Amino acid sequence: MAEPRSIDIKEQPGFRSIAVICLLVLYVPVLILMIFSLNSGSLVTHWEGVTLGWYGSALRNEEFHNAARNTLIISISATIISTVCATLAAIGMTRVKPWRGLAAAFMVINLPLMVPEIITAVATLSFFALIAGTFGLNFGIGNLILAHTVFCIPFAYMPIRARLEDMDLTLEYAAADLYATPWKAFKRITLPLLVPGIMSGAALAFIVSFDDFTITQLVAGPGQTTLPLYIWNQIRRPMTPEINAISTILLLVSILFVSVSFLIARRRAK
Amino acid sequence: MTTATLSPTMPSKAALFEAQAVKAGARRNRLLSLPALLIIGIFGVLPLLIICVYSFLAAAPYGGVQWRFSTDAYLNFLFQRDIFDDTLQFTPDFLIIYLRSFLFAVVTTIICLLLGFPTAYFMATRPPAQRNWWVLLITIPFWSNLLVRTLAIMFIIRDEGLINNALLGLGVIDKPITMLYTNFAIQLGLLYAFLPFMVLPLYSSLEKLDFRLIEAAYDLYATRRQVLWRVIIPLSKPGIIAGCLLVFIPALGAYVTPLILGGGVHLMIGDLIAQQFGSGRNWPLGCAQALILMAAVLVALFFYVRNTSGKVQHG
Repeated sequence: MAEPRSIDIKEQPGFRSIAVICLLVLYVPVLILMIFSLNSGSLVTHWEGVTLGWYGSALRNEEFHNAARNTLIISISATIISTVCATLAAIGMTRVKPWRGLAAAFMVINLPLMVPEIITAVATLSFFALIAGTFGLNFGIGNLILAHTVFCIPFAYMPIRARLEDMDLTLEYAAADLYATPWKAFKRITLPLLVPGIMSGAALAFIVSFDDFTITQLVAGPGQTTLPLYIWNQIRRPMTPEINAISTILLLVSILFVSVSFLIARRRAK
Repeated sequence: MTTATLSPTMPSKAALFEAQAVKAGARRNRLLSLPALLIIGIFGVLPLLIICVYSFLAAAPYGGVQWRFSTDAYLNFLFQRDIFDDTLQFTPDFLIIYLRSFLFAVVTTIICLLLGFPTAYFMATRPPAQRNWWVLLITIPFWSNLLVRTLAIMFIIRDEGLINNALLGLGVIDKPITMLYTNFAIQLGLLYAFLPFMVLPLYSSLEKLDFRLIEAAYDLYATRRQVLWRVIIPLSKPGIIAGCLLVFIPALGAYVTPLILGGGVHLMIGDLIAQQFGSGRNWPLGCAQALILMAAVLVALFFYVRNTSGKVQHG
């Protein structure tokens, strides 16, 4: 059948230019920041030549080492705890008869996404101050791990739940028909099929923990500097391109993990 | 969210019956959600209850609280007690910061929508292979470190930053234009930070758009403009509302952006709250301010639920 008119029905005038402008706006500032990390001059603004020296001086810097170590301890612990909890919760909320309180449980899991970060930050600070004051309890860096775990859970939960809902249930029923115990059916059927969702969720949990500034800044005790806090401390001193180098490293870690999570999710869709 | 559980792969009635038999055996599965619920309950919900209590206590002189009931925190939000005759005087300083933050958030939401809608529509009308690349390109800034992205804006708009250097070099200006630590800087930073938060939900709604309806509109001699305003935009209303909310809520409570680009001179609600826990040493006031922000967020969420719940039923 012939088209009544020869126009492309999907086209809207000017939309292409706006889309391109959006991409430029999002990427140009970050690219400039990355390019200046290679600047051989010691000023952040005047271009003098290409060097990798600032990466070298950043990587030799002891403060940077400490910050990187703290960041990795916190984000790896928070990722593991939150991914395990989120996986269990996703199973407990999809592979069951609807139970009373299911909707409320769903809201609790997603709560950290709805509360503005600054409120979570001061609330967590007040909480740890209270238990330190009344019970003398202080988990040290554990405080930060717990605070991060809370907001990592919903990020890990989303892709895992989506995967469980997309999954073909017939395989699980078949396993049950063939006298597999619920545990066996889970271990041999559900879990292997769930792995991409778990990996995607873990990657997201890791990024949000790795990048967190607001909550960490308010909750962190002395000596608990993470990489974002380290950058913040550097901003308030005279700056050298070293800060660009460290920022670039942080960006590259984010890009790596987003891409991994994205590609896993894509493969699932195919 | 209830529609999500009714996935398109829903099994037949017989299978459902069987499924229920399996599920009955696995009823204890619900206990699996306990660890997550406990962690969020103790370290996420309980702290929120604690700041509710704290907001009704008196401030201790060096930070923290004294266990004595007081409504000073809420009074201090609008009034200041005169140190000589103990009378209350109306001081709108905090209120002004709240209104300013609200204005910043509204402007951010509107401009993000004006830029984000065409972008999302353009993405949704690309061939599938290209579409994935666009989504990845918007997703990367969505998840990238906000502190670093804000720093990138700071490098560009500083007095000796790229924009001023370029303008000076071209001889357009003879002394740098002050952009950093102004309202303009904060507004720019907010736009930059939250643009991806608008594009992604809009895209996921526009991607499902039924283009046969657009074709039908053209067949009925609608112009491009009419198709946009009377077909595409009404159909993508859920995405528009979701996107606006995802920009408005974090923009209202923004902390990093005004901290770095406002330089402590131009405050937003987020910095104001943090200040009470730092140099301000008035925790109850900070708690009260946080709860007032939370109330604003709940109003926005309520508006969202009311506007979308009708849609879900139509499915």
